[in-house]
Amino acid sequence: MSFEYAPAPESRSVVDLKSSYGLFIDGNWVDGSAHSFKSVSPATEEVLAEISEASDDDVDAAVKAARRAFTRVWAPMSGVERAKYLYRIARILQERARELAVLESLDNGKPIKESRDVDVPLVAAYFFYYAGWADKLDHAGMGTNPQPLGVAGQVIPWNFPLLMLAWKIAPALACGNTVVLKPAETTSLTALLFAEICQQADLPPGVVNIVTGAGDTGRAVVAHPGVDKVAFTGSTEVGKAIARTVAGTNKSVTLELGGKAANIVFDDAPLDQAVEGIVNGIFFNQGHVCCAGSRLLVQESVYDDVLTRLKQRMATLRIGDPLDKNTDIGAINSAEQLAKIRELSEVGETEGAERWSAPCELPDRGFWFAPTIFTGVSQAHRIAREEIFGPVLSVLTFRTPAEAVEKANNTPFGLSAGVWTDKGSRILWVANRLRAGVVWSNTFNRFDPTSPFGGYKESGFGREGGRHGLEAYLAH
Amino acid sequence: MASAPPHLLGEAAASPAALRRFLHGLPGVDQVGCEARTASLSTRSIKTTSKAWALDLAISTIDLTTLEGQDTVGKVRALCAKALHPDPADASCPRVAAICVYPDLVATARAALGDSNVRVASVATAFPSGRSSLDVKLQDTRDAVSAGAHEVDMVIDRGAFLSGDYQRAFDEIVATKQACGTAHLKVILETGELMTYDNVRRASWLSMLAGADFIKTSTGKVQPAATMPVTLVMLQAVRDFRDATGRQVGVKAAGGISTAKDAIRYLVMVNETVGDDWLDPAWFRIGASRLLNDLLMQRTKLTTGRYCGPDYFTLD
Repeated sequence: MSFEYAPAPESRSVVDLKSSYGLFIDGNWVDGSAHSFKSVSPATEEVLAEISEASDDDVDAAVKAARRAFTRVWAPMSGVERAKYLYRIARILQERARELAVLESLDNGKPIKESRDVDVPLVAAYFFYYAGWADKLDHAGMGTNPQPLGVAGQVIPWNFPLLMLAWKIAPALACGNTVVLKPAETTSLTALLFAEICQQADLPPGVVNIVTGAGDTGRAVVAHPGVDKVAFTGSTEVGKAIARTVAGTNKSVTLELGGKAANIVFDDAPLDQAVEGIVNGIFFNQGHVCCAGSRLLVQESVYDDVLTRLKQRMATLRIGDPLDKNTDIGAINSAEQLAKIRELSEVGETEGAERWSAPCELPDRGFWFAPTIFTGVSQAHRIAREEIFGPVLSVLTFRTPAEAVEKANNTPFGLSAGVWTDKGSRILWVANRLRAGVVWSNTFNRFDPTSPFGGYKESGFGREGGRHGLEAYLAH
Repeated sequence: MASAPPHLLGEAAASPAALRRFLHGLPGVDQVGCEARTASLSTRSIKTTSKAWALDLAISTIDLTTLEGQDTVGKVRALCAKALHPDPADASCPRVAAICVYPDLVATARAALGDSNVRVASVATAFPSGRSSLDVKLQDTRDAVSAGAHEVDMVIDRGAFLSGDYQRAFDEIVATKQACGTAHLKVILETGELMTYDNVRRASWLSMLAGADFIKTSTGKVQPAATMPVTLVMLQAVRDFRDATGRQVGVKAAGGISTAKDAIRYLVMVNETVGDDWLDPAWFRIGASRLLNDLLMQRTKLTTGRYCGPDYFTLD
């Protein structure tokens, strides 16, 4: 007997897709003055909509609108009143949760169970959390009367389109700043739906502006002299370019960049849960997670046991239609990203690591990559050093806690790490020595608005989330 | 435990100290992670053809149970009739796996079921508390078997287990297994009294090492009875035990599973934890009394497109 799950697709009818979208500037929809580009569903390569590309002039108009809104309306407004808008947005996000989740899965390729159970609930949670801060900034530990910075130029990635928007916009608005946000070119749709939600919430025009486009648009936002604050989440390479652009200006910057997190499993770990944590650490969101646990460090004495369990578990992962409620692994976001994952995986094989993929059928159309692990990996291998940003796990071993810490820290990145052990004292010993912004113990990839998130070294600087997240948007 | 050498397992039974060392050497269970896994499994969406398949499988895994002081011969006969034809209006409806009763009603159930393939299970060993002398427990078991029980559901000595006297709990299972003869032995851990998942894992291994054919969550007389996390830990235990020894042990979740939705969630968990090999009444059972009617109601809804009121389904 074998238990086959019949298709259980979430209905697309809840989403009202337009054939083309303009830019959201000063509370209005305007046509971009440059070209337009297409947004496709990575699962089927179906064209979802035409999207305007914002030119330098469009970005200029957006920044000016944000400046007007900042000086005339938003900064002078009391925190209590700003909070009302943020609470209203949070409630509308909850009311329209299904629509947002379906659109996110369509446009990004992530499974509906993640957009429904993780992304969208967290988006609302971040707005609720920062709404609560808006009238309490005097008590945030940043002086008696901290002031907003002005116009924030924000550039976000395609892996968690709406969640990254929430991480950027919620604290900025709570602190009294106005924003010009550029979503990633492959995943603009939920940001544009968010613009509709701003209208629905009667947010004053110009407080939130959404300019769509690719790298050029992002550069224009970052380089615009009217921008007081730059916030970026994305690759380390682009992060470095942004740091160069803003060098010598008065702009303050926060960067949240790449990672190559170590997930350390000690021999006294709760192994079944550790295996879940390994799977969640690297295969959550197809591994398109900056804090993904992409390097598994296993203590030698439990290596065989962990690998056996991990492979058994990986064989149960369901890959396919992102809108199917039983899908665990969705589509790779773009052809470009798929090519990068394939290239690095081939390098892994060439360098002598052993490749194993979960047995699964991949759909014919769209961008897909089977969950994959590499064993026999050493620190010198490229797959142990570079961020693959896909469902590919490098497995390394260690003998002593000191060796685990040494290997975990031996990377230019430092965003996150995981520690699995039943021994509390060891968790603290290891966590104190890891140079990573977030250390999870006996869990992985857990997010909460009250908790600060950010990196060491080339994983960036500044913190988002929690009270610490306010610092990036206040002069103090 | 794929790599545990068999001699270690033999050694585990060699002395109280070795048994204790072995059980405490099993990997721990992280409560938060374990419960998060079952919550995630519960979000599976089982529809249309797979729902029909799962409903039938759920019916066929039921140990249809009545364990009340007020049980009568008439009630057990009625229950047996229901076990043979759960839905009298639909011949394609599968039979349940077994009837589960107290030892004094085993003969009644055997007579009512005749030579059908529905098994008769009897609780024994001073069920549900297990607070009696070993002699009494073994006599209880022998009574049930001689009355014709195919399966015996025993309770472990929780007092001994919780006080750390693993050997005593172990020896009782060995003795009961012997008293069972050819009857299948299901060992009830009464997880509601074991308090931690670590204890559930240890009790599972202890029972399997002592010769259990099945490990079972609960008597149904203690709250909470079966829960998904507890059953998950037991499923992982039987999987690891087979990897280590080659012997397959069944799992029975008993008590508290009263809706078709819950039953399907358990089957999903079995499917994704131990796979096809356990998706069979020979290896997975659900002990329940109320569940069957909800399964029948959902089954009828699926075939006719309409819900019938509860009066269209027999009480027992």
